[in-house]
Amino acid sequence: MKKVKVVHYINQFFAGIGGEEKANITPELREGIVGPGMALKAALGENAEIVATIICGDSYFNENLEKATNEIIDMVKSLEVDMFIAGPAFNAGRYGTACGSICKSVQETLNIPVLTGMYIENPGADLYKKDIYILSTTNNAAGMRKAVPAMAKFALKLMNNEEIGSPEDEGYLERGIRVNYFNEKNGAERAIDMLIKKLKGEPFKTEYPMPVFDNVTPGEAIIDLSNAKIALVTSGGIVPKGNPDRIESSSASKYGKYSIEGINDLTEDAYETAHGGYDPCYANQDADRVLPVDVLRDLESEGMIGSLHNYFYSTVGNGTSVKNSKAYSRSIAKELHSDGVDAVILTST
Amino acid sequence: MRLEIGEIIIDDVQFGNSTKVENGTLFVNADEIKSIVLEDEHISSVDIDLAKPGESIRITPVKDVIEPRVKVSGNGGIFPGIINKVDTVGTGRTNVLKGCAVVTCGKIVGFQEGIIDMTGPGAKYTPFSKLNNIVLVIKPKEGLKQYDYEHATRMAGLKIATYLGEATKEVTPDTVIPYETKSLFEQADLYPDLPKVAYVYMLQTQGLMHDTYVYGVDAKKIVPTLLYPTEIMDGAILSGNCVSACDKNTTYHHLNNPIIKNLYEKDGKEINFMGVIITNENVYLADKERSSNFTAKLSRYLGLDGVIISQEGFGNPDTDLIMNCKKIEDEGIKTVIVTDEYAGRDGSSQSLADADPKADAVVTGGNANQLIHLPPMEKIIGMLDYVDKIAGSFDGSLSEDGSIVAELQVITGATNELGFNKLSAKTY
Repeated sequence: MKKVKVVHYINQFFAGIGGEEKANITPELREGIVGPGMALKAALGENAEIVATIICGDSYFNENLEKATNEIIDMVKSLEVDMFIAGPAFNAGRYGTACGSICKSVQETLNIPVLTGMYIENPGADLYKKDIYILSTTNNAAGMRKAVPAMAKFALKLMNNEEIGSPEDEGYLERGIRVNYFNEKNGAERAIDMLIKKLKGEPFKTEYPMPVFDNVTPGEAIIDLSNAKIALVTSGGIVPKGNPDRIESSSASKYGKYSIEGINDLTEDAYETAHGGYDPCYANQDADRVLPVDVLRDLESEGMIGSLHNYFYSTVGNGTSVKNSKAYSRSIAKELHSDGVDAVILTST
Repeated sequence: MRLEIGEIIIDDVQFGNSTKVENGTLFVNADEIKSIVLEDEHISSVDIDLAKPGESIRITPVKDVIEPRVKVSGNGGIFPGIINKVDTVGTGRTNVLKGCAVVTCGKIVGFQEGIIDMTGPGAKYTPFSKLNNIVLVIKPKEGLKQYDYEHATRMAGLKIATYLGEATKEVTPDTVIPYETKSLFEQADLYPDLPKVAYVYMLQTQGLMHDTYVYGVDAKKIVPTLLYPTEIMDGAILSGNCVSACDKNTTYHHLNNPIIKNLYEKDGKEINFMGVIITNENVYLADKERSSNFTAKLSRYLGLDGVIISQEGFGNPDTDLIMNCKKIEDEGIKTVIVTDEYAGRDGSSQSLADADPKADAVVTGGNANQLIHLPPMEKIIGMLDYVDKIAGSFDGSLSEDGSIVAELQVITGATNELGFNKLSAKTY
């Protein structure tokens, strides 16, 4: 078996160069192992070799983020390694954010597995745990003896492309990714077990901790509608007949932008809905029922509104994840903004 | 109210000259089934097929799944208010053909019907792959409106399930399981030291073919009310739904509601199971407010200590679920909610369309957006022409070789919110 080549990233302190007074040192590439690399090498065993260590001052990294990142990535690239390991950073804040940030960048630009380790309350954990694997460690370097073998074991798994288990099983920090699995009991039994525990005041574990919901504050009211440019945006799936962009009936992976220049009415021949969550019959008969172009054209000619924006935007809300919805709305809002739209009527179903 | 469920175990189904059960095999007379289905003038033709566990068969587009049952004694008949007179059911003895089901198929809406694979990876996700299925592929008369088509298909399934049940009325069941809920005060006195628990049963009633029926009434027109749990085992609640396949409750699910079954198992041991509060999932805010006010009020009225709340569907009904949970918790009554998730294909999005910190005890039926690869099957019952458009699929879901890549959402019953399955999800 070919030995896997690893590069190890550490800060000035763990390299033995110095503390805070040396936190400004620029990235330096050294052959072989330095500091905690010794323990890491031992733990990685026969199948992996730490070919080099990159050392960087925590202040330098955080204060020169782009420059430092580019310098380090160039170093990693020149080494042609198979894996990038940083830290562990324990509860050192700037070291933690540096480890997280550089791991994320290496993963994105070089597409090799990356791993770091830190304490759950390290600010770097919250910033990067969604993007990369971060092994959970204690809050200080006294935990090195435990952290390093755990990191090595997990790193070998990543290198060998093995299936990664749950955070509980593997010891990494939760990344917020929902993964299906088959439980031993059916949902009804689990629900009743949970209720009995809750009734007895015993500890129980919810299967889905409630997300924190962001509430959108409505924009300021428009005083003078007669000069306002109004746009229509819908999650009701109204599309030109034939659904040219093939927007999915559920869990939409995109939105569409369609011109309504010169169109006063959405007719049965020209428009339909792509939405799979409601009976499409009435929307297909008359798409204005979901996207009221006809009424807005009337208001436009009556002078009640300044104008109707020449494009409408449409996606399917049915089963579409909040994350995707947010991304679509950001991009739609940006375009509406640059097109000088004053207000939007959002229609759902 | 006391009901005995007599289970007749069916381990095979075959076509035969007469409809009967012999040594665990259900023989069905296809001609008789055909003539019953075609009594409805809206139906032009019906294909009857059998699909057994392990066979290389894909059934789609699936509308409903129904378990054959018959009332042997006690008041009324199965599916009161729809098939039989609107008598109150839930007492006496009901025989069940356990291990088989009637599956109705037809492209009624096109993207709101599901897939059942009898083998392969998809079979793991649907409970109906474990049953001996009598499949009815129902074609409408030309020009039939989809509402009438839905009604005709629903009635055909119920009629055939009833017909199969009737034909086996005289068979001696393999097991008989009694279920009993007494009148409110007697039930409360029965186990005075145990916590009083009820079940808040949310029914899909968003309308426009997202409908559920209770004793023949369209459930969006009810205010929340009380049922004895055994009424549900006799078909008091049935599905008229055309909605995403993974988390709609088929009639089979209602008849075999696992929350009711498991609450009975713990009754008298760890809890006192007081009964079922049914409620709806209407789309108007006033209806949502009224119905959730009622579930909270009834929970308090019954003097409950805890409730299980189950949902049907997703998105809009998430708001009903959270309103029920919040208002019942506000009454000082502990809740556990049963739902499923739409966390995106990569699982990284938040899973529900509404949330509240009071919903601190959640059971999930899994992430419906997760992709699954369904290899080709040797035989298709129904038709594949809508596969690219079913909710949960996308352009290119169906490959030329007949394999399908789609979200779990397309599989009938995959992320059921009555806790029917073992599927769950955890955070990685």
